[in-house]
Amino acid sequence: MERSSSPYGLLARFRGPEPLLTAARALRDAGFKNWDTHTPFPVHGMDDAMGLKPSRVPLFVLVLGLGGAAAGMLLQWWVSVRAYPLTISGKPFFSWPAFVPIMFEVGVLGGATGAVLGFLGLSKLPRHHHELFSSAAFEHVTDDGFFVSIEASDPQFDADVTPEMLRRLGAVDVETVMTEEST
Amino acid sequence: MTAAHQHPELDKDIVRKHDSPMRSYMVLAIGVAALLLGWLFGRQAPGSWLTAYLVGFVYALTLALGGLFFTLLHHACRASWAVSVRRLAEAAGATLPLFLPLFVPIALGYRRIYAWTNPQNANPAMQELLAHKAPYLNGPWFLTRSVIYLLIWAWMGWWFWRRSVGEDDTPDPAVARRLRTISAPALVVFALTINFAAIDWIMSLAPSWFSTMVGVYFFAGIAPAGFALVAVPAVILRRRGVLSGAVTDEHLHDLGKMLFAWIVFWGYIAFSQFMLIWYANIPEETKWYATRLNGTWLDVTVALAFAHFILPFFFLLSRKTKRNGVTLAAAAIWMLLAHLLDVFWLIAPSTPDGAGGPIGLALTVLGFAAIFFGAFALAARRAALVPLGDPRLQESLEFETV
Repeated sequence: MERSSSPYGLLARFRGPEPLLTAARALRDAGFKNWDTHTPFPVHGMDDAMGLKPSRVPLFVLVLGLGGAAAGMLLQWWVSVRAYPLTISGKPFFSWPAFVPIMFEVGVLGGATGAVLGFLGLSKLPRHHHELFSSAAFEHVTDDGFFVSIEASDPQFDADVTPEMLRRLGAVDVETVMTEEST
Repeated sequence: MTAAHQHPELDKDIVRKHDSPMRSYMVLAIGVAALLLGWLFGRQAPGSWLTAYLVGFVYALTLALGGLFFTLLHHACRASWAVSVRRLAEAAGATLPLFLPLFVPIALGYRRIYAWTNPQNANPAMQELLAHKAPYLNGPWFLTRSVIYLLIWAWMGWWFWRRSVGEDDTPDPAVARRLRTISAPALVVFALTINFAAIDWIMSLAPSWFSTMVGVYFFAGIAPAGFALVAVPAVILRRRGVLSGAVTDEHLHDLGKMLFAWIVFWGYIAFSQFMLIWYANIPEETKWYATRLNGTWLDVTVALAFAHFILPFFFLLSRKTKRNGVTLAAAAIWMLLAHLLDVFWLIAPSTPDGAGGPIGLALTVLGFAAIFFGAFALAARRAALVPLGDPRLQESLEFETV
Protein backbone atom coordinates (compact mmCIF):
# COMPACT_ATOMS: atom_id res chain seq x y z
CA MET A 1 0.00 0.00 0.00
CA GLU A 2 1.43 3.34 -1.08
CA ARG A 3 0.62 6.71 0.35
CA SER A 4 0.36 9.74 -1.87
CA SER A 5 0.12 13.27 -0.58
CA SER A 6 -1.71 16.15 -2.21
CA PRO A 7 -2.77 19.57 -0.89
CA TYR A 8 -6.23 19.51 0.74
CA GLY A 9 -6.37 23.27 0.89
CA LEU A 10 -5.40 26.34 2.87
CA LEU A 11 -6.00 27.15 6.51
CA ALA A 12 -5.77 30.82 7.44
CA ARG A 13 -5.91 32.15 10.98
CA PHE A 14 -7.44 35.53 11.80
CA ARG A 15 -7.19 37.69 14.88
CA GLY A 16 -10.87 37.70 15.84
CA PRO A 17 -14.49 37.60 14.72
CA GLU A 18 -14.50 41.05 13.07
CA PRO A 19 -11.49 40.44 10.74
CA LEU A 20 -12.97 37.01 10.01
CA LEU A 21 -16.31 38.55 8.97
CA THR A 22 -14.51 41.01 6.68
CA ALA A 23 -12.49 38.19 5.12
CA ALA A 24 -15.61 36.03 4.71
CA ARG A 25 -17.39 38.82 2.84
CA ALA A 26 -14.39 39.28 0.53
CA LEU A 27 -14.16 35.53 -0.18
CA ARG A 28 -17.90 35.37 -0.82
CA ASP A 29 -17.66 38.29 -3.25
CA ALA A 30 -14.62 36.72 -4.94
CA GLY A 31 -16.84 33.74 -5.77
CA PHE A 32 -15.29 30.99 -3.65
CA LYS A 33 -17.50 27.93 -3.18
CA ASN A 34 -15.69 25.16 -1.26
CA TRP A 35 -14.64 27.01 1.85
CA ASP A 36 -15.66 27.40 5.44
CA THR A 37 -15.05 29.41 8.58
CA HIS A 38 -14.25 27.88 11.98
CA THR A 39 -14.76 29.75 15.25
CA PRO A 40 -14.90 28.90 18.97
CA PHE A 41 -18.41 30.41 19.22
CA PRO A 42 -21.21 31.33 16.78
CA VAL A 43 -20.42 34.68 15.15
CA HIS A 44 -23.51 36.81 14.45
CA GLY A 45 -23.91 37.68 10.78
CA MET A 46 -21.53 34.96 9.58
CA ASP A 47 -24.19 33.21 7.49
CA ASP A 48 -24.75 36.41 5.54
CA ALA A 49 -21.07 37.24 5.34
CA MET A 50 -20.39 33.80 3.85
CA GLY A 51 -23.43 34.00 1.59
CA LEU A 52 -24.76 30.69 2.91
CA LYS A 53 -28.09 29.55 1.57
CA PRO A 54 -30.79 28.64 4.11
CA SER A 55 -30.33 25.16 5.51
CA ARG A 56 -32.21 22.31 3.87
CA VAL A 57 -32.72 20.50 7.19
CA PRO A 58 -36.28 21.95 7.66
CA LEU A 59 -37.34 20.17 4.46
CA PHE A 60 -36.33 16.80 5.95
CA VAL A 61 -38.22 17.68 9.14
CA LEU A 62 -41.36 18.66 7.23
CA VAL A 63 -41.45 15.61 4.97
CA LEU A 64 -40.61 13.07 7.69
CA GLY A 65 -42.87 14.83 10.22
CA LEU A 66 -45.90 14.73 7.94
CA GLY A 67 -44.96 11.25 6.78
CA GLY A 68 -44.67 10.07 10.38
CA ALA A 69 -48.03 11.57 11.29
CA ALA A 70 -49.68 9.92 8.29
CA ALA A 71 -48.03 6.58 9.08
CA GLY A 72 -49.16 6.83 12.72
CA MET A 73 -52.76 7.41 11.73
CA LEU A 74 -52.63 4.69 9.05
CA LEU A 75 -51.23 2.15 11.49
CA GLN A 76 -54.01 2.79 13.99
CA TRP A 77 -56.65 2.70 11.29
CA TRP A 78 -55.29 -0.64 10.06
CA VAL A 79 -55.08 -2.10 13.56
CA SER A 80 -58.50 -0.91 14.73
CA VAL A 81 -60.52 -1.27 11.54
CA ARG A 82 -58.86 -4.03 9.52
CA ALA A 83 -56.74 -6.32 11.66
CA TYR A 84 -58.35 -6.39 15.11
CA PRO A 85 -61.70 -4.56 15.13
CA LEU A 86 -62.80 -4.34 18.77
CA THR A 87 -65.77 -2.46 20.15
CA ILE A 88 -64.56 -0.19 22.95
CA SER A 89 -67.22 1.66 25.00
CA GLY A 90 -69.51 1.71 22.01
CA LYS A 91 -67.26 3.94 19.94
CA PRO A 92 -66.81 3.48 16.19
CA PHE A 93 -63.83 1.38 15.05
CA PHE A 94 -62.27 4.42 13.44
CA SER A 95 -62.38 6.74 16.45
CA TRP A 96 -59.96 9.31 15.08
CA PRO A 97 -59.88 11.67 18.09
CA ALA A 98 -58.37 8.87 20.16
CA PHE A 99 -55.74 8.32 17.49
CA VAL A 100 -54.57 11.92 17.30
CA PRO A 101 -52.13 11.81 20.26
CA ILE A 102 -50.33 8.81 18.75
CA MET A 103 -50.43 10.41 15.30
CA PHE A 104 -48.86 13.50 16.88
CA GLU A 105 -46.17 11.49 18.68
CA VAL A 106 -45.20 9.52 15.58
CA GLY A 107 -45.14 12.79 13.66
CA VAL A 108 -42.77 14.28 16.24
CA LEU A 109 -40.63 11.14 16.08
CA GLY A 110 -40.46 11.44 12.29
CA GLY A 111 -39.68 15.15 12.44
CA ALA A 112 -36.95 14.69 15.05
CA THR A 113 -35.44 11.79 13.11
CA GLY A 114 -35.53 13.97 9.99
CA ALA A 115 -33.75 16.78 11.85
CA VAL A 116 -30.98 14.52 13.17
CA LEU A 117 -30.44 12.41 10.06
CA GLY A 118 -30.89 15.38 7.70
CA PHE A 119 -28.32 17.36 9.65
CA LEU A 120 -25.86 14.45 9.77
CA GLY A 121 -26.36 13.66 6.09
CA LEU A 122 -25.99 17.24 4.87
CA SER A 123 -22.91 17.73 7.07
CA LYS A 124 -21.45 14.41 5.82
CA LEU A 125 -21.23 13.14 9.39
CA PRO A 126 -20.22 10.94 11.13
CA ARG A 127 -16.65 10.66 9.89
CA HIS A 128 -13.52 9.41 11.55
CA HIS A 129 -11.15 12.09 10.43
CA HIS A 130 -10.93 15.43 8.73
CA GLU A 131 -7.92 16.80 6.89
CA LEU A 132 -7.90 19.98 8.97
CA PHE A 133 -7.20 17.95 12.12
CA SER A 134 -3.65 17.41 10.89
CA SER A 135 -2.93 21.09 11.54
CA ALA A 136 -1.59 21.78 15.04
CA ALA A 137 -2.78 25.40 14.88
CA PHE A 138 -6.32 24.23 14.22
CA GLU A 139 -6.54 22.95 17.81
CA HIS A 140 -7.08 26.57 18.82
CA VAL A 141 -10.46 26.56 17.11
CA THR A 142 -12.12 25.47 20.34
CA ASP A 143 -10.29 28.16 22.30
CA ASP A 144 -9.15 31.38 20.63
CA GLY A 145 -8.62 30.58 16.95
CA PHE A 146 -10.65 32.09 14.10
CA PHE A 147 -10.02 30.26 10.85
CA VAL A 148 -10.90 30.23 7.20
CA SER A 149 -10.31 27.04 5.24
CA ILE A 150 -10.39 26.95 1.45
CA GLU A 151 -10.31 23.62 -0.33
CA ALA A 152 -7.98 23.06 -3.25
CA SER A 153 -10.96 21.70 -5.18
CA ASP A 154 -12.50 25.19 -5.34
CA PRO A 155 -12.52 26.49 -8.92
CA GLN A 156 -11.21 29.85 -7.70
CA PHE A 157 -8.36 28.21 -5.80
CA ASP A 158 -4.86 29.05 -6.93
CA ALA A 159 -1.93 27.71 -4.90
CA ASP A 160 0.12 30.84 -5.65
CA VAL A 161 -2.45 33.65 -5.52
CA THR A 162 -4.92 32.54 -2.81
CA PRO A 163 -2.45 32.55 0.14
CA GLU A 164 -1.47 36.11 -0.80
CA MET A 165 -5.10 37.10 -0.96
CA LEU A 166 -5.77 35.67 2.50
CA ARG A 167 -2.80 37.56 3.93
CA ARG A 168 -4.04 40.74 2.34
CA LEU A 169 -7.41 40.13 4.02
CA GLY A 170 -5.68 40.12 7.39
CA ALA A 171 -4.71 36.50 7.99
CA VAL A 172 -1.92 36.28 10.56
CA ASP A 173 -0.93 32.81 9.48
CA VAL A 174 -1.62 30.79 6.33
CA GLU A 175 -0.67 27.15 6.07
CA THR A 176 -1.19 24.46 3.46
CA VAL A 177 -3.01 21.39 4.75
CA MET A 178 -2.12 18.11 3.03
CA THR A 179 -4.40 15.18 2.45
CA GLU A 180 -3.19 11.63 2.75
CA GLU A 181 -4.85 8.96 0.71
CA SER A 182 -4.03 5.30 0.56
CA THR A 183 -3.95 4.19 -3.03
CA MET B 1 -21.71 45.80 5.87
CA THR B 2 -24.56 43.53 4.86
CA ALA B 3 -28.17 44.39 5.44
CA ALA B 4 -28.49 42.02 8.37
CA HIS B 5 -25.60 43.67 10.11
CA GLN B 6 -26.73 47.24 9.76
CA HIS B 7 -28.39 48.24 12.97
CA PRO B 8 -31.25 50.66 12.52
CA GLU B 9 -30.83 54.16 13.79
CA LEU B 10 -33.60 55.06 16.19
CA ASP B 11 -34.79 58.61 15.69
CA LYS B 12 -36.15 59.58 19.09
CA ASP B 13 -38.11 62.53 17.69
CA ILE B 14 -40.02 60.43 15.16
CA VAL B 15 -41.26 57.92 17.74
CA ARG B 16 -42.35 60.79 20.00
CA LYS B 17 -44.11 62.87 17.38
CA HIS B 18 -47.74 61.99 16.77
CA ASP B 19 -50.18 63.28 14.19
CA SER B 20 -53.55 64.57 15.30
CA PRO B 21 -55.54 62.13 17.46
CA MET B 22 -58.67 63.15 15.53
CA ARG B 23 -58.92 59.84 13.69
CA SER B 24 -58.58 57.81 16.89
CA TYR B 25 -61.42 59.81 18.43
CA MET B 26 -63.44 59.18 15.27
CA VAL B 27 -62.85 55.43 15.51
CA LEU B 28 -63.89 55.61 19.15
CA ALA B 29 -67.04 57.56 18.20
CA ILE B 30 -67.86 55.05 15.46
CA GLY B 31 -67.52 52.31 18.07
CA VAL B 32 -69.92 53.97 20.48
CA ALA B 33 -72.36 54.68 17.62
CA ALA B 34 -72.22 51.07 16.40
CA LEU B 35 -72.81 49.82 19.92
CA LEU B 36 -75.86 52.08 20.32
CA LEU B 37 -77.13 51.13 16.88
CA GLY B 38 -76.73 47.47 17.80
CA TRP B 39 -78.80 48.11 20.90
CA LEU B 40 -81.55 49.83 18.87
CA PHE B 41 -81.50 46.83 16.57
CA GLY B 42 -81.52 44.24 19.30
CA ARG B 43 -83.59 45.73 22.12
CA GLN B 44 -86.66 43.76 20.99
CA ALA B 45 -84.80 40.59 21.98
CA PRO B 46 -82.74 41.59 25.03
CA GLY B 47 -81.40 38.07 25.60
CA SER B 48 -79.88 37.85 22.14
CA TRP B 49 -78.59 41.40 22.34
CA LEU B 50 -76.90 40.72 25.66
CA THR B 51 -75.32 37.56 24.24
CA ALA B 52 -73.93 39.59 21.35
CA TYR B 53 -72.79 42.20 23.88
CA LEU B 54 -70.99 39.54 25.93
CA VAL B 55 -69.27 38.24 22.76
CA GLY B 56 -68.06 41.75 21.90
CA PHE B 57 -67.09 42.50 25.49
CA VAL B 58 -65.07 39.32 25.96
CA TYR B 59 -63.47 39.77 22.53
CA ALA B 60 -62.26 43.33 23.14
CA LEU B 61 -61.31 42.53 26.73
CA THR B 62 -59.19 39.53 25.72
CA LEU B 63 -57.35 41.68 23.16
CA ALA B 64 -56.45 44.15 25.93
CA LEU B 65 -55.51 41.24 28.22
CA GLY B 66 -53.32 39.90 25.41
CA GLY B 67 -51.43 43.19 25.47
CA LEU B 68 -51.10 42.99 29.25
CA PHE B 69 -49.85 39.40 29.04
CA PHE B 70 -47.27 40.38 26.40
CA THR B 71 -45.99 43.12 28.72
CA LEU B 72 -45.89 40.95 31.86
CA LEU B 73 -44.26 38.01 30.10
CA HIS B 74 -41.40 40.01 28.64
CA HIS B 75 -40.73 41.88 31.86
CA ALA B 76 -40.70 38.64 33.81
CA CYS B 77 -38.20 36.89 31.56
CA ARG B 78 -36.18 40.07 31.00
CA ALA B 79 -36.55 39.65 27.25
CA SER B 80 -34.47 42.24 25.48
CA TRP B 81 -35.68 41.46 21.95
CA ALA B 82 -39.22 42.63 22.71
CA VAL B 83 -38.31 46.01 24.21
CA SER B 84 -38.65 47.94 20.94
CA VAL B 85 -42.23 46.69 20.38
CA ARG B 86 -43.30 46.47 24.03
CA ARG B 87 -44.84 49.94 24.18
CA LEU B 88 -47.56 48.79 21.74
CA ALA B 89 -48.52 45.98 24.12
CA GLU B 90 -48.40 48.36 27.08
CA ALA B 91 -50.75 50.75 25.27
CA ALA B 92 -53.19 47.88 24.61
CA GLY B 93 -53.07 46.98 28.31
CA ALA B 94 -53.64 50.62 29.26
CA THR B 95 -57.17 50.38 27.78
CA LEU B 96 -58.21 47.88 30.49
CA PRO B 97 -59.84 50.48 32.84
CA LEU B 98 -62.34 51.08 30.02
CA PHE B 99 -63.91 47.68 30.60
CA LEU B 100 -65.31 48.60 34.01
CA PRO B 101 -67.98 50.95 32.54
CA LEU B 102 -68.46 48.59 29.58
CA PHE B 103 -69.38 45.84 32.05
CA VAL B 104 -72.44 47.77 33.32
CA PRO B 105 -74.95 46.36 30.76
CA ILE B 106 -73.82 42.81 31.64
CA ALA B 107 -74.15 43.55 35.36
CA LEU B 108 -77.68 44.85 34.76
CA GLY B 109 -78.85 42.07 32.47
CA TYR B 110 -76.81 38.96 33.25
CA ARG B 111 -79.95 37.20 34.50
CA ARG B 112 -81.19 37.00 30.92
CA ILE B 113 -78.28 34.89 29.67
CA TYR B 114 -77.00 32.99 32.70
CA ALA B 115 -79.43 30.11 33.26
CA TRP B 116 -78.24 29.48 36.86
CA THR B 117 -79.85 32.79 37.88
CA ASN B 118 -83.32 31.27 37.29
CA PRO B 119 -83.28 27.84 38.97
CA GLN B 120 -87.09 27.84 39.13
CA ASN B 121 -87.17 27.32 35.33
CA ALA B 122 -84.92 24.26 35.47
CA ASN B 123 -85.90 20.60 35.82
CA PRO B 124 -85.70 19.03 39.33
CA ALA B 125 -82.32 17.39 38.76
CA MET B 126 -80.88 20.67 37.55
CA GLN B 127 -82.47 22.51 40.47
CA GLU B 128 -80.70 20.22 42.89
CA LEU B 129 -77.40 20.78 41.09
CA LEU B 130 -77.87 24.55 41.08
CA ALA B 131 -78.73 24.53 44.80
CA HIS B 132 -75.48 22.67 45.35
CA LYS B 133 -73.53 25.25 43.31
CA ALA B 134 -75.36 28.27 44.76
CA PRO B 135 -72.65 29.19 47.33
CA TYR B 136 -70.42 30.02 44.36
CA LEU B 137 -72.89 30.69 41.57
CA ASN B 138 -75.09 33.41 43.01
CA GLY B 139 -75.75 36.91 41.70
CA PRO B 140 -74.01 39.14 44.25
CA TRP B 141 -70.90 36.97 44.46
CA PHE B 142 -70.76 36.67 40.63
CA LEU B 143 -70.86 40.45 40.24
CA THR B 144 -68.36 41.01 43.07
CA ARG B 145 -65.89 38.62 41.45
CA SER B 146 -66.36 40.20 38.03
CA VAL B 147 -65.63 43.67 39.41
CA ILE B 148 -62.59 42.36 41.30
CA TYR B 149 -61.11 40.89 38.09
CA LEU B 150 -61.79 44.07 36.14
CA LEU B 151 -60.29 46.26 38.89
CA ILE B 152 -57.17 44.12 39.13
CA TRP B 153 -56.66 44.14 35.34
CA ALA B 154 -57.38 47.86 35.12
CA TRP B 155 -54.78 48.57 37.76
CA MET B 156 -52.18 46.23 36.20
CA GLY B 157 -52.69 47.53 32.66
CA TRP B 158 -52.51 51.12 33.75
CA TRP B 159 -49.59 50.69 36.16
CA PHE B 160 -47.30 48.82 33.75
CA TRP B 161 -48.01 51.39 31.02
CA ARG B 162 -47.63 54.41 33.33
CA ARG B 163 -44.35 53.25 34.88
CA SER B 164 -42.80 52.44 31.50
CA VAL B 165 -43.92 55.80 30.03
CA GLY B 166 -42.56 57.64 33.07
CA GLU B 167 -39.16 56.19 32.26
CA ASP B 168 -39.02 57.74 28.76
CA ASP B 169 -37.59 61.11 29.78
CA THR B 170 -35.71 60.05 32.88
CA PRO B 171 -34.10 56.66 32.21
CA ASP B 172 -33.66 54.82 35.45
CA PRO B 173 -32.50 51.20 35.69
CA ALA B 174 -34.31 50.92 39.03
CA VAL B 175 -37.67 51.32 37.24
CA ALA B 176 -36.89 48.45 34.87
CA ARG B 177 -35.92 46.34 37.89
CA ARG B 178 -39.11 47.27 39.71
CA LEU B 179 -41.25 46.40 36.67
CA ARG B 180 -39.49 43.06 36.45
CA THR B 181 -39.94 42.30 40.14
CA ILE B 182 -43.66 43.14 40.11
CA SER B 183 -44.28 41.31 36.82
CA ALA B 184 -43.69 37.85 38.34
CA PRO B 185 -46.39 38.03 41.06
CA ALA B 186 -48.54 39.96 38.56
CA LEU B 187 -48.37 36.96 36.20
CA VAL B 188 -49.63 34.70 39.00
CA VAL B 189 -52.52 37.07 39.72
CA PHE B 190 -53.17 37.33 35.97
CA ALA B 191 -53.32 33.53 35.63
CA LEU B 192 -55.72 33.16 38.57
CA THR B 193 -58.02 36.00 37.53
CA ILE B 194 -58.40 34.92 33.90
CA ASN B 195 -58.98 31.36 35.04
CA PHE B 196 -61.83 32.36 37.34
CA ALA B 197 -63.16 34.86 34.80
CA ALA B 198 -63.37 32.03 32.25
CA ILE B 199 -65.25 29.89 34.78
CA ASP B 200 -67.66 32.70 35.69
CA TRP B 201 -68.34 34.31 32.33
CA ILE B 202 -68.01 31.37 29.94
CA MET B 203 -68.23 28.03 31.74
CA SER B 204 -71.20 29.06 33.91
CA LEU B 205 -73.25 29.85 30.78
CA ALA B 206 -73.85 26.08 30.76
CA PRO B 207 -74.20 25.59 34.54
CA SER B 208 -74.17 21.80 34.52
CA TRP B 209 -71.04 21.66 32.39
CA PHE B 210 -67.56 21.64 33.85
CA SER B 211 -64.08 21.44 32.43
CA THR B 212 -60.93 21.96 34.44
CA MET B 213 -59.29 23.17 31.24
CA VAL B 214 -61.62 26.03 30.45
CA GLY B 215 -59.30 28.59 32.06
CA VAL B 216 -56.32 27.37 30.07
CA TYR B 217 -58.44 27.39 26.92
CA PHE B 218 -59.39 30.99 27.61
CA PHE B 219 -55.72 31.84 28.09
CA ALA B 220 -54.77 29.96 24.91
CA GLY B 221 -56.98 32.41 23.03
CA ILE B 222 -55.62 35.49 24.83
CA ALA B 223 -51.93 34.77 24.21
CA PRO B 224 -51.95 34.54 20.38
CA ALA B 225 -54.31 37.54 20.27
CA GLY B 226 -51.76 39.55 22.25
CA PHE B 227 -48.91 38.74 19.88
CA ALA B 228 -51.08 39.35 16.82
CA LEU B 229 -52.15 42.65 18.35
CA VAL B 230 -48.52 43.79 18.64
CA ALA B 231 -47.49 42.46 15.21
CA VAL B 232 -50.12 44.38 13.20
CA PRO B 233 -49.27 47.94 14.36
CA ALA B 234 -45.55 47.08 14.42
CA VAL B 235 -45.69 46.24 10.70
CA ILE B 236 -47.94 49.19 9.78
CA LEU B 237 -45.92 51.77 11.73
CA ARG B 238 -42.69 50.36 10.34
CA ARG B 239 -43.94 50.72 6.78
CA ARG B 240 -45.01 54.28 7.51
CA GLY B 241 -41.49 55.01 8.69
CA VAL B 242 -42.44 55.74 12.29
CA LEU B 243 -40.95 52.54 13.68
CA SER B 244 -38.54 51.81 10.83
CA GLY B 245 -35.70 52.58 13.22
CA ALA B 246 -37.04 50.34 15.96
CA VAL B 247 -38.52 47.25 14.29
CA THR B 248 -36.29 45.06 12.15
CA ASP B 249 -36.91 41.84 10.25
CA GLU B 250 -35.50 40.11 13.33
CA HIS B 251 -38.29 41.49 15.53
CA LEU B 252 -40.91 40.43 12.99
CA HIS B 253 -39.35 36.98 12.87
CA ASP B 254 -39.58 36.60 16.64
CA LEU B 255 -43.12 37.98 16.78
CA GLY B 256 -43.99 35.45 14.07
CA LYS B 257 -42.32 32.61 15.94
CA MET B 258 -44.13 33.46 19.15
CA LEU B 259 -47.44 33.83 17.31
CA PHE B 260 -46.85 30.45 15.67
CA ALA B 261 -46.02 28.86 19.03
CA TRP B 262 -49.21 30.20 20.64
CA ILE B 263 -51.27 29.00 17.68
CA VAL B 264 -49.87 25.50 18.25
CA PHE B 265 -50.55 25.88 21.97
CA TRP B 266 -54.18 26.76 21.24
CA GLY B 267 -54.51 23.74 18.95
CA TYR B 268 -53.04 21.52 21.64
CA ILE B 269 -55.29 22.87 24.42
CA ALA B 270 -58.44 22.94 22.28
CA PHE B 271 -57.94 19.39 21.13
CA SER B 272 -56.94 18.11 24.59
CA GLN B 273 -60.09 19.52 26.18
CA PHE B 274 -62.23 18.04 23.42
CA MET B 275 -60.56 14.63 23.40
CA LEU B 276 -60.66 14.12 27.18
CA ILE B 277 -64.35 14.94 27.32
CA TRP B 278 -65.18 12.96 24.18
CA TYR B 279 -63.24 9.91 25.39
CA ALA B 280 -64.69 9.81 28.92
CA ASN B 281 -68.17 10.32 27.43
CA ILE B 282 -69.85 11.56 30.63
CA PRO B 283 -73.21 13.08 29.66
CA GLU B 284 -72.99 16.39 31.56
CA GLU B 285 -69.56 17.00 30.03
CA THR B 286 -70.22 15.84 26.47
CA LYS B 287 -73.43 17.86 26.26
CA TRP B 288 -71.39 21.03 25.78
CA TYR B 289 -69.59 19.51 22.81
CA ALA B 290 -72.69 17.76 21.51
CA THR B 291 -74.27 21.19 21.04
CA ARG B 292 -71.24 22.32 19.05
CA LEU B 293 -70.84 19.15 16.99
CA ASN B 294 -74.38 18.97 15.62
CA GLY B 295 -76.32 21.00 13.08
CA THR B 296 -74.98 24.39 12.01
CA TRP B 297 -72.67 24.61 15.02
CA LEU B 298 -70.66 21.71 13.57
CA ASP B 299 -69.77 23.93 10.61
CA VAL B 300 -68.65 26.67 12.97
CA THR B 301 -66.55 24.17 14.97
CA VAL B 302 -64.84 22.83 11.85
CA ALA B 303 -64.29 26.38 10.56
CA LEU B 304 -62.76 27.30 13.92
CA ALA B 305 -60.34 24.35 13.84
CA PHE B 306 -59.19 25.39 10.37
CA ALA B 307 -59.14 29.15 11.00
CA HIS B 308 -57.48 29.11 14.40
CA PHE B 309 -55.03 26.24 13.95
CA ILE B 310 -54.65 24.28 10.72
CA LEU B 311 -54.41 27.11 8.16
CA PRO B 312 -52.25 29.53 10.20
CA PHE B 313 -50.04 26.61 11.28
CA PHE B 314 -49.04 25.80 7.72
CA PHE B 315 -48.97 29.45 6.68
CA LEU B 316 -46.55 30.51 9.43
CA LEU B 317 -44.38 27.40 9.17
CA SER B 318 -42.01 29.06 6.73
CA ARG B 319 -39.27 31.41 7.87
CA LYS B 320 -40.11 33.71 4.95
CA THR B 321 -43.72 34.40 5.96
CA LYS B 322 -42.59 35.30 9.47
CA ARG B 323 -39.87 37.73 8.35
CA ASN B 324 -42.00 39.48 5.72
CA GLY B 325 -44.11 42.34 7.07
CA VAL B 326 -47.04 41.83 4.69
CA THR B 327 -47.42 38.09 5.30
CA LEU B 328 -46.90 38.43 9.05
CA ALA B 329 -49.47 41.22 9.33
CA ALA B 330 -51.90 39.19 7.20
CA ALA B 331 -51.48 36.18 9.51
CA ALA B 332 -51.87 38.41 12.58
CA ILE B 333 -55.07 40.05 11.27
CA TRP B 334 -56.36 36.58 10.40
CA MET B 335 -55.67 35.43 13.96
CA LEU B 336 -57.48 38.46 15.41
CA LEU B 337 -60.55 37.45 13.37
CA ALA B 338 -60.14 33.76 14.25
CA HIS B 339 -60.06 34.78 17.91
CA LEU B 340 -63.40 36.53 17.43
CA LEU B 341 -64.83 33.33 15.99
CA ASP B 342 -63.41 31.45 18.99
CA VAL B 343 -65.10 33.80 21.50
CA PHE B 344 -68.38 33.57 19.58
CA TRP B 345 -68.11 29.76 19.53
CA LEU B 346 -67.50 29.69 23.29
CA ILE B 347 -70.43 31.91 24.23
CA ALA B 348 -73.28 31.87 21.70
CA PRO B 349 -74.18 28.13 21.63
CA SER B 350 -74.56 28.05 25.43
CA THR B 351 -76.96 30.97 25.84
CA PRO B 352 -80.74 30.50 25.89
CA ASP B 353 -81.52 32.92 23.04
CA GLY B 354 -78.32 32.75 20.97
CA ALA B 355 -76.67 35.87 19.62
CA GLY B 356 -79.58 37.00 17.46
CA GLY B 357 -79.45 38.16 13.85
CA PRO B 358 -76.19 38.81 12.02
CA ILE B 359 -76.71 42.59 11.74
CA GLY B 360 -77.16 43.19 15.47
CA LEU B 361 -74.24 40.90 16.28
CA ALA B 362 -72.00 42.53 13.66
CA LEU B 363 -72.84 46.04 14.91
CA THR B 364 -72.15 45.14 18.53
CA VAL B 365 -68.88 43.35 17.79
CA LEU B 366 -67.79 46.14 15.45
CA GLY B 367 -68.65 48.63 18.18
CA PHE B 368 -66.46 46.86 20.72
CA ALA B 369 -63.60 46.38 18.26
CA ALA B 370 -63.71 50.07 17.27
CA ILE B 371 -63.85 51.22 20.90
CA PHE B 372 -60.90 49.04 21.78
CA PHE B 373 -58.76 49.98 18.77
CA GLY B 374 -59.65 53.66 19.14
CA ALA B 375 -58.64 53.60 22.80
CA PHE B 376 -55.53 51.57 21.94
CA ALA B 377 -54.48 54.18 19.36
CA LEU B 378 -55.18 57.03 21.80
CA ALA B 379 -53.09 55.36 24.51
CA ALA B 380 -50.29 54.81 22.00
CA ARG B 381 -50.40 58.52 21.08
CA ARG B 382 -50.00 59.59 24.68
CA ALA B 383 -46.31 58.69 24.77
CA ALA B 384 -43.35 57.63 22.65
CA LEU B 385 -44.00 54.49 20.61
CA VAL B 386 -40.84 52.88 21.97
CA PRO B 387 -39.83 52.66 25.65
CA LEU B 388 -36.95 55.12 25.23
CA GLY B 389 -35.79 54.87 28.83
CA ASP B 390 -35.54 51.10 28.99
CA PRO B 391 -31.92 50.10 29.70
CA ARG B 392 -32.22 47.18 27.27
CA LEU B 393 -33.48 49.23 24.32
CA GLN B 394 -30.11 49.31 22.56
CA GLU B 395 -29.81 45.55 23.04
CA SER B 396 -33.23 45.15 21.44
CA LEU B 397 -32.31 47.31 18.44
CA GLU B 398 -29.19 45.23 17.83
CA PHE B 399 -30.98 41.94 18.32
CA GLU B 400 -30.46 39.20 15.75
CA THR B 401 -32.20 35.86 15.50
CA VAL B 402 -29.68 33.06 15.14
